[in-house]
Amino acid sequence: MAVQKDKVVIREMIAKRAEQEIENGYYVNLGIGMPTMVANYIQPEKEVVLQSENGLLGIGRSPYEGEVDPDLINAGKETVTASVGAAYCDSAESFAMIRGEHLDLAILGGMEVAENGDLANWMIPGKMIKGMGGAMDIVHGSKKVVIIMDHVNKHGDAKILKACKLPLTGKGVVDRIITDRAVLDVTEEGLKLIEIVEGWTVDEIKASTEAELIVSEELLQMSE
Amino acid sequence: MKQIYSSFHEAVKDIKDHSTIMVGGFGLVGIPENLILALVESKVKNLTIISNNCGVDDWGLGLLLKNKQIDKMVGSYVGENKEFERQVLAGELEVELTPQGTLAEKIRAGGAGIPAFYTPAGVGTPIAEGKEVRTLNGKEYLLQEGLAADFSLVRARKGDHHGNLVYNKTARNFNPMMAAAGTMTIAEVEELVEPGELEADAIHTPGIYVQGLIEGKQEKRIERYTVKAEA
Repeated sequence: MAVQKDKVVIREMIAKRAEQEIENGYYVNLGIGMPTMVANYIQPEKEVVLQSENGLLGIGRSPYEGEVDPDLINAGKETVTASVGAAYCDSAESFAMIRGEHLDLAILGGMEVAENGDLANWMIPGKMIKGMGGAMDIVHGSKKVVIIMDHVNKHGDAKILKACKLPLTGKGVVDRIITDRAVLDVTEEGLKLIEIVEGWTVDEIKASTEAELIVSEELLQMSE
Repeated sequence: MKQIYSSFHEAVKDIKDHSTIMVGGFGLVGIPENLILALVESKVKNLTIISNNCGVDDWGLGLLLKNKQIDKMVGSYVGENKEFERQVLAGELEVELTPQGTLAEKIRAGGAGIPAFYTPAGVGTPIAEGKEVRTLNGKEYLLQEGLAADFSLVRARKGDHHGNLVYNKTARNFNPMMAAAGTMTIAEVEELVEPGELEADAIHTPGIYVQGLIEGKQEKRIERYTVKAEA
């Protein structure tokens, strides 16, 4: 069993691995929370445009103290700057970009993912429902949807399942899952284990995943 | 020329109990804050509010909520407000959650004379319950209906006497679609300018959608103040 790592270190590791999904020239939507962190690791040689569904194509870095503009936020409602060459738009236009499949990639968080690519990440029955925000639109629009999350929940139960138990955000929408233990692809044959984080074994990944796994022949060691 | 109001009280005086009102903004950005304050003072009640969010406990639509003036809320994310949660759990407030892109498009459709449209968002989720599902080009879509309102309250950076509006940065968000979808649209502008001052090619909301305007000063409260340390 791999040594338990610090939460911050794990989030950073997942974010860095997720960054590798971003190619030069991509338009990308990053979800709220851990996905937003991915922006901090984008390699400077890559020219990438980050889309914020509240109407900003070209999110820049966080503002310095004197630079804060209360009219300029990201979808997480944090103050941001606009990158050089950014464009603003209204919410209908923003979601036209998303729904119209103009984005290359979306990286979102997840509560549960099923082997057929179903995603649940917005509500837990019995708890107060806060709303889905833009997630249900984003999972249908992007050319590729990558979910980043812990491999198991805080009780140690699998989050990658045969079928989601929670109400869905989208049906058959996930392409790839990146966790603190492995990388898995949703394929027509089923869920394929393509990378394992150093310190974990195939058997351990199988044991902590409810869905059946096909193990890729060229299984790579995920670098840390 | 449009009606130019001299007070926010006057601007909202036609809004009666049981009205359906669209309110612009994403979080607290781009909300018509003075029009909302005037609605709170007017004490109109049993309102249906259509807005992406419902403010926070002490600002924006949260003030109307605290005053129990809202019967029904249509939005996409309402998690920033404890009083909201309390009223929903107590059965005092009806909520209709709609995916954000669907909400934007429903409002756009409502203002553009489109009664309904098909969208993939929500297929196979609780949102699909009771909705027509249709397969087009091999993919499933939900039928969603356009939305209109008795009143739309929007916020713009600049407006002129013809009702032409220009928004600032991400304060644009839902405001342009709502301006078009309201029977009576009232714009709170940071600056009221003479016709001709706004470049015709740069206008976001053409004046035909706007019935009344008022100039006001906003506080522009920030929900998540996030800064980078100076290097």
